[in-house]
Amino acid sequence: MQASLHLVIIGNGIAGVTLAQHVREKSDCRITLVSSESATHLSRPALMYVYMGHMRYKDILPYPDWYWTKHNLTQLHDLVTEVNFEKRQLILQNHDPLSYDVLVLATGSCPAFYNWPGQDLEGVQGLVTLQDLQSMEGNTKGIKEAVVVGGGLIGIEMAEMLRSRGIGVTMLVRDQLYWQNTLPQQEAKLISKYIKEHGIELLFQEELASINPDAQDRVASITTKSGKLLPCQFVGIATGVKPSINFLRNSALETDKGILVNEYFETNLPNVYAIGDCSQFQKPAPLAPAVEQLWYTARKHGEALAQTLTSERTVYNRGPWFNSAKFLDVEYQTYGYVPASWNEEYESLYWEHTSGHKAIRFLYEQKSGLLAGINLLGIRYRHDLCHHWLQQHYTIHNVMQELPAVNFDPEFFQRYEQELYRQYAQKFPEQATPARKSNWWDLRNRFSLFSTSESC
Amino acid sequence: MSTSSSTYSAPLSSITAGGFIKLIGLLLIALGILGMMVAAFGGEAASPVSTGLTGIAAVTAGGLMYIWQVRRQKSVAEQNNGAWQNDMTTRGASAWVTGVVLTGFYILLYWFPTTLHGLVLAVEPLSQWLRNRPADHWFLYGTFYTLAILVMGVHALLKYRNSNYHIIRTISVMFFQLGFAFLLPALLLALNQPEFYFSYFWPLKYDYLFPGTVSYLIDNGAALGVFMVFWGAVLSFIATPILTYYFGKRWYCSWVCGCGGLAETAGDPYRHLSDKSKKAWQWEVAIIYPILGFIIITTLVLWINSWSEGRLLGNLSSGFSSTYGFFIGAMFSGVVGVGFYPIMGNRVWCRFGCPMAAYLGLLQKHFSRFRITTNGGQCISCGNCSTYCEMGIDVRHYAQQGEPIIRASCVGCGICAHVCPRGVLKLENGPRENRFAATPLIKRSDVGILN
Repeated sequence: MQASLHLVIIGNGIAGVTLAQHVREKSDCRITLVSSESATHLSRPALMYVYMGHMRYKDILPYPDWYWTKHNLTQLHDLVTEVNFEKRQLILQNHDPLSYDVLVLATGSCPAFYNWPGQDLEGVQGLVTLQDLQSMEGNTKGIKEAVVVGGGLIGIEMAEMLRSRGIGVTMLVRDQLYWQNTLPQQEAKLISKYIKEHGIELLFQEELASINPDAQDRVASITTKSGKLLPCQFVGIATGVKPSINFLRNSALETDKGILVNEYFETNLPNVYAIGDCSQFQKPAPLAPAVEQLWYTARKHGEALAQTLTSERTVYNRGPWFNSAKFLDVEYQTYGYVPASWNEEYESLYWEHTSGHKAIRFLYEQKSGLLAGINLLGIRYRHDLCHHWLQQHYTIHNVMQELPAVNFDPEFFQRYEQELYRQYAQKFPEQATPARKSNWWDLRNRFSLFSTSESC
Repeated sequence: MSTSSSTYSAPLSSITAGGFIKLIGLLLIALGILGMMVAAFGGEAASPVSTGLTGIAAVTAGGLMYIWQVRRQKSVAEQNNGAWQNDMTTRGASAWVTGVVLTGFYILLYWFPTTLHGLVLAVEPLSQWLRNRPADHWFLYGTFYTLAILVMGVHALLKYRNSNYHIIRTISVMFFQLGFAFLLPALLLALNQPEFYFSYFWPLKYDYLFPGTVSYLIDNGAALGVFMVFWGAVLSFIATPILTYYFGKRWYCSWVCGCGGLAETAGDPYRHLSDKSKKAWQWEVAIIYPILGFIIITTLVLWINSWSEGRLLGNLSSGFSSTYGFFIGAMFSGVVGVGFYPIMGNRVWCRFGCPMAAYLGLLQKHFSRFRITTNGGQCISCGNCSTYCEMGIDVRHYAQQGEPIIRASCVGCGICAHVCPRGVLKLENGPRENRFAATPLIKRSDVGILN
């Protein structure tokens, strides 16, 4: 990017900010981040901790004020009402139109509502933005009962938030278990049980039919599709998110669910790109979704597009998948490919602790033994090593040789390699039990799993 | 103790068995405080022992009952709920009252100890039993200090009961305070030996290597005194570098030290109040290293003076002790260090004032295998790590770039790794080769916090 050009990014979430940072490393061009949500970048996954009192709003801002000045990144707190692609101009609500040379759309997601009767009542909301957090603060003041619709990650976050204020929570879950469209049966069972133990009511195979008002047009109850009436003063909608692109709908920009992009994040218009949750791949990579809606993928999009904008046109390569979350106090990590269910081409090694709070799953191809992915509950593994295993096409047998090196739990925590080896020996009696005690630091050196490059 | 109750649950709302235990606990605390006040200010109208010592016992027992019940009712997932919403832990009115009472106590202790006469009398039987000699205000202080670590240690044990690291570490600080900083010195006095704290070393106990102390120990303690001098020198100059090389600063600051022990137990509910700004870091660096330098130079000068039989500087030692003791020992470590817990966080002394922390910090930064590893590209920049860092380190700054956290000030308490909602951080000791290297899974951009 030449210094004379103006890069405008709509959205100051992790995708837009990562892009801005990495473009700034290589270019002196003018960079402006426009956001209607907040004056500066915030950590979206941390919104829940503000509600729960773990942090203040200012604590979830990853960079101090001086950072933006020092790196000459302009932040504009305003709403883009329209983009004039022909004139290369943004129409803003409170400021004069803003001209750009290169436009990157990183507008993120908004909650998906499904036209339920009563969805506009006071006390009904999703949780994605800072504004959602603020309205949740108001909507839940002094209430006793709440319903959360949707058994996914935002659903459990909202439930945990509400519980922290002593509000009774019922979750409507469409499937037979919590997050069953993503988690294999055993993991979903473990988490469902754990959630129930923590005083959150789970109603399985239930969907929202309607939200019913009281005399003041506030939510008073909901009716489920099976006809159950649940009194509640708050309804959290957590049935997924969708790209936040309404203001772009009737423009020259090609959209579907999201803004359509190729593997370079290029849209159908020249010098207009889209990254993060709002983009949709025309041709998604095998096993990858068309719309990637994660913090981690948004960051990777930003890194990849910065490369394209500042040096050479670079194909986005997500690399081995990973994600993490936390269900109340049970941490979840996943690496590679572990779907909710699989056919006979795959086999898995699954271990669960007797406490019911910890589990490890290795999924591998039955014939070749090739590692497909890893699911972890209540156990931490080293990202660098898991990534290496997946990228270097380790078999389950290779993995077992290096198993002791992968654990990332704190010191003095109990280790479970022996239990896994026992399971492994049962499945593969012909394989010798791994003899050598592999050590992370040796592997880190041997495979160069570190970066000493000076940050620039 | 009100720090452990959440804003949103009325602690005494229902008369359950648990509620009853909490009620009795609070009653004992209230009556105990009353008893102690009668002992302190009642002009010996009632026996200070039956009011004061019973009062101390009642506060201890009541505190334990209340803590036990409150923490057990809370799931471990709720460890930090309301930390930024409670009056007591957000510099609210009750925090200021607590801060003023604590600060006031230190002022009385250091400058007006006679006002504590009634309370000193209250612990007289304990002193006679343990030390075979009359109580003084320092014994009273030691008793309070040890009880605070033990009672709030139980609080920390219950709060962090899902982590073996914190359970073992908390038991360690409780053990070292009770055994090495309270019972052992008392036993030495009972046996007519010099009072000596085996868990404090130069330069924190700066005078342990002053010529005056050394000759006093050797003259009064005979063989044991020689051992004490030997112990102090070995711990300061040999054991400290070796232990810090293998384990980092934490072996001392969050496992052994009494100041750290109080911070990790009684001070734990205030850890998020530490200042995370760049300015605070600049102050830290500007204060703590000059204090260390001052002690090193003074110690050297005192020895030169001693070898030259006072020809060089005359009687400087006592002048130094009173000046440094006033500004650093009393003002800093006591009044500000502990008195301001509810206002400035629990590690003000360790962060800005402690010469031992400065010494250990230099070793940790440059000659140690210790680091806090960031797990690949998993940081979500939430800020829990930075918020709950009692030393005011902006942990997130490193974590979100996939870098290990290697900072001189880090005391290795491990709370950042514990509060991280994605399990991204791990305290560990590993080879020094590529110790500062980051994960290859994230592209980094330099922010340069302190340059």
